[in-house]
Amino acid sequence: MRPLTDEETVAVFEKLSKYIGENIRLLIDRPDGIYCFRLNNERVYYCSEELMKRAANISRDNLVNLGTCFGKFTKTRKFRLHITALDFLAPYAKGFGVTAKSTTDCRRVDPMTIVCFHQADIGEYVRNEETLT
Amino acid sequence: MDSLVQSVLKSSAEKESKYKTTEVVKDIEVDIDEGHLLAVDPNPLDIKLLRSERDSYLKALARNDTQLLINKIWELPVERVEDVIVAKLPEPRTVVPREKPLPKEKPMTKWTQYAREKGINKRKKGRMVWDETAKEWKPRWGYKRAGDDTKDWLIEVPDTADPYEDQFAKRIKAKKERVAKNELQRLRNIARNMKGKVPGVGLTPTDTPDKDDVSRALHLARKSTASLGKFTQELPKEKPAKHVGKKRKFEPMIGNFNEEKKRALDILNKITNKQPTLNITQATNQEIYTEEDQKRIGKGGRNHLEGKAEANKTGTGRASQKEKAGVEKAMVKRDEHPSS
Repeated sequence: MRPLTDEETVAVFEKLSKYIGENIRLLIDRPDGIYCFRLNNERVYYCSEELMKRAANISRDNLVNLGTCFGKFTKTRKFRLHITALDFLAPYAKGFGVTAKSTTDCRRVDPMTIVCFHQADIGEYVRNEETLT
Repeated sequence: MDSLVQSVLKSSAEKESKYKTTEVVKDIEVDIDEGHLLAVDPNPLDIKLLRSERDSYLKALARNDTQLLINKIWELPVERVEDVIVAKLPEPRTVVPREKPLPKEKPMTKWTQYAREKGINKRKKGRMVWDETAKEWKPRWGYKRAGDDTKDWLIEVPDTADPYEDQFAKRIKAKKERVAKNELQRLRNIARNMKGKVPGVGLTPTDTPDKDDVSRALHLARKSTASLGKFTQELPKEKPAKHVGKKRKFEPMIGNFNEEKKRALDILNKITNKQPTLNITQATNQEIYTEEDQKRIGKGGRNHLEGKAEANKTGTGRASQKEKAGVEKAMVKRDEHPSS
């Protein structure tokens, strides 16, 4: 178990910023204690300082998990998010939504029809309720 | 009489059913390449039969096509070799693709290159040569070779040589050196034909050795002791060696958490800002340069701003803007020159 190097931190933050943007700051700088990112077995864990100190007593090979696993580094040193990170990403998420008709519906339409792919944030419906068709 | 005819017909019918006919009729002629023992049947499959009784249909089809192939083979000239009838197959017609890619051309060694330039051709030498002393044919090289000078029990000391020199040892040494030279040349050939850089050890011969090469070699030499340079004495006022491998080092697991947090936030700022960082020293230097140049232009000195402007293209936005202004001024100045 060790802290991330600068390159690793950049990889992790760049990935996280795609989902929660500036809100990564809230993960690092928390009022309820010190939280940190740690790397063990190529996996990045997010945990409190206290928990990390306790986990340090367990040898690296035997340590299965600590805190929340955010993702892992591939052998080409790319960072991949894991589903376990969702708990932390969901509250800060930018709320991006994608809507489209289903593929079967799109296939059935006549050749002149234009199919739109709509990407919207979560507040769009509330803001533009009157004008939306 | 009737019964006899019937029995003959019956037996022939039985035979017919047991042994299928050798005559097979196809709508489209089957393409047969005897050289490869290959038959290609272009006839379409009977879909109905294929669906209802696939296995038997396919088996029958394969049997018929094979029969055609064997018929064709029987048409070929046949001879008998040790009680076995053998047909002589013609050259194959179908072109079969290679299994493996074409072999790559071997890279040229320095010698082959030289030989080609000079037009030197390889001459085949026989494996065996006549040995005059043994009066028999012996291999040119290798075990039990002809004229093996390592087997000499006596060597004449040349007049010019030191009489106390061991001529046997001299020969062995010379041979070892030839082998070593050959090995070196082999490696050089490999290195020459490799794309990219070949890692060298220590101070490898370079065309233009520079200061860094020497410092690198010095560093390696110091480390090349039994204790890996632990007790090598340093020179007074010696600078730490540059261009030397870096050891991987990680931050302590339980260190200063505030500092760690600060580092993480710094990195985050860098990512989110995405703005080019300002190198203050470089920027100030550029500023000073441009100011000096302008002063010189003001005095009517020699104009060499253009070259500098090109060299500083990678400068920060502000500095380059100023530089542009300087260039414009310089252009104006140059226009004035011929008139004056």
